[in-house]
Amino acid sequence: MIRSKLLFTTVAAFAALTVAAGAQDRVVNIYNWSDYIDDSILTDFTAETGIKVVYDVFDSNEVLETKLLAGSTGYDIVVPTGTFLANQIKAGVFQKLDKSKLPNLANMDPEISARLAKYDPGNEYAINYMWGTTGIGINVDMVKERLGDDAKLNTWDLVFNPEIAAKLADCGIFELDAPTEMIPAALNYMGMDPDLKDQESIDKAKELLLKIRPYVRKYHSSEYINALANGDICVAVGWSGDVLQARDRAAEADAGVNVEYIIPKEGALMWFDNMAIPSDAKNVDEALEFLNYIMKPEVIAKASNYVYYANGNAASKPFLNEDVIGDQAIYPNEETISRLYTVSPDNAKEKRILNRAWTEVKSGQ
Amino acid sequence: MLRAISNRLVILIPYVWLLFFFLLPFLIVLRIALSDLEYGAPPYTPQFSYTDSWAVIWDKLSQFDFENFTFLFSDSLYINSYLSSLQIAFVSMILTLLIGFPLAYGMARAPLGLRPTLLMLVILPFWTSFLIRVYAWIGILKQEGLLNQLLLWLGVIDTPLEILSTNKAVYIGIVYSYLPFMVLPIYSTLEKMDESLVEAARDLGCTQIAAFWKITARLAVPGILAGCLLVFIPAVGEFVIPDLLGGSGTLMIGKTLWIEFFNNSDWTVASAIATVLLVVLVVPIVWFQNAQARATETGK
Repeated sequence: MIRSKLLFTTVAAFAALTVAAGAQDRVVNIYNWSDYIDDSILTDFTAETGIKVVYDVFDSNEVLETKLLAGSTGYDIVVPTGTFLANQIKAGVFQKLDKSKLPNLANMDPEISARLAKYDPGNEYAINYMWGTTGIGINVDMVKERLGDDAKLNTWDLVFNPEIAAKLADCGIFELDAPTEMIPAALNYMGMDPDLKDQESIDKAKELLLKIRPYVRKYHSSEYINALANGDICVAVGWSGDVLQARDRAAEADAGVNVEYIIPKEGALMWFDNMAIPSDAKNVDEALEFLNYIMKPEVIAKASNYVYYANGNAASKPFLNEDVIGDQAIYPNEETISRLYTVSPDNAKEKRILNRAWTEVKSGQ
Repeated sequence: MLRAISNRLVILIPYVWLLFFFLLPFLIVLRIALSDLEYGAPPYTPQFSYTDSWAVIWDKLSQFDFENFTFLFSDSLYINSYLSSLQIAFVSMILTLLIGFPLAYGMARAPLGLRPTLLMLVILPFWTSFLIRVYAWIGILKQEGLLNQLLLWLGVIDTPLEILSTNKAVYIGIVYSYLPFMVLPIYSTLEKMDESLVEAARDLGCTQIAAFWKITARLAVPGILAGCLLVFIPAVGEFVIPDLLGGSGTLMIGKTLWIEFFNNSDWTVASAIATVLLVVLVVPIVWFQNAQARATETGK
């Protein structure tokens, strides 16, 4: 939620002010998720175009949305997830992209763009930056130690079956503090449509989540990366790239922690993070130039190679490292993709039902 | 004449301050609380325009349903959040007093030359950002943190204590963060106290303990009340400490407000919660004020 970003926000606000005072310098203010880019892309962009990048980060869609709805964010590019993007487009916070200034749109993957059109009809307001899945990160050795060597690991049973979760509770289970991720996952596990939003269905998902609540150590959306990497916990519901970053950190530390990312056999949520330009952005030309730059195959490939998320840019594939393009967890095969589901945006009433259920899951109130 | 005017101007400054930094923001919040939720930027439709005349505002108010306020009573979550916040703030205040009073007493009775240094030590933490200090507690309290490692090493415990992400961590965080606000007012009353009063009480046959209760503690009451006020009021609305140190079971109004504002994007209900919080706090503030006025009276 707020985490360390409070600090950054303040710093960035000051930076934006000083930049505004400097006038003529060309500048673009970007607000992206934390740990979500290779910094050298920003310096390369400045070197190539002379446009200075003021880069600021957040770690929840809710924070981004509240800022956008309040208006005058001072940002020229923001990166909302698809479900949030759809509502924000309706609220009128974004401007249509001038596609004549985005020749690199030709590089985008038509399949991903088509999926994104569910949230942004006609792909008028946003371009895909990264996409990924919400699955399970596990500490392989610790889980096998408790469930046995031949236990099936590719299943949501690890976090949704109370008997199995009970066995894993002592080594630590984390869940994302995000109702828009956890409730569809619970619905999907029960064999229901993950996109159901009525009170009755949400209540069923809530019951399931409450049953496993005693075994959950914490609901948090970013701490699990370090916790998995350090071997402090053995199971976390998390985002693909984050778990893979944990895997790499664990491998670097070389302390015998073996982390793996699983897309469970029951299916998993597929999501899209997209770049869009707020309607009150001051540096629209610079923002468009950045969007066009980020759609260069070698640039976006560099980002994917760094953050371990798949991008929506078909032309970038030859530039991807083998451990990215070859990893089923990042670029799943057709069979796996067919098991992935997407969810649609929530209206105000649905949001309230969802968040109220989630508060009850978390606090028992 | 000129002097009279300048005197009045001096009195005016705090009122102007209150007008611009309290009353006006409060009216803006109240206006949002009386608005209807709508998905847009901003996400509400105001029922009142800034150009409405008083008659129009009064007319609108008289036929208003106050749905955002009545909503707060339809779900026990909100009332429980208020109660739990008041409880956490009250317990923290008592703990802060129990630790803060001996500290302040020790400082006020320290040799004169040492006092500025001691005072400096109490104020010193303010040189570091509040947020960073709260973060530091995560490193101390977590499962494999400094405290657990120390206790394990000393052999006091066999398994690490679970403190972080529980209400215990919230209490520790609040007591730590607000301690100087308790110590400073108590210190300033104790320092000004005439020590010959205690000597007189002892001469007249009081035991040391009785003299402490009858003289020192009584005279320190204005400082204690000021300290309690400074700790209790902000602790009720505390958000950062429960968010960083508390667990998912920690229920505080600051977090509930955050959920309404950010997760539900419902500024209208969030503003209603903030308005009610203010009303809830007015009662203890007035009580503290009265008690302090009485204490100052009797102290004279």
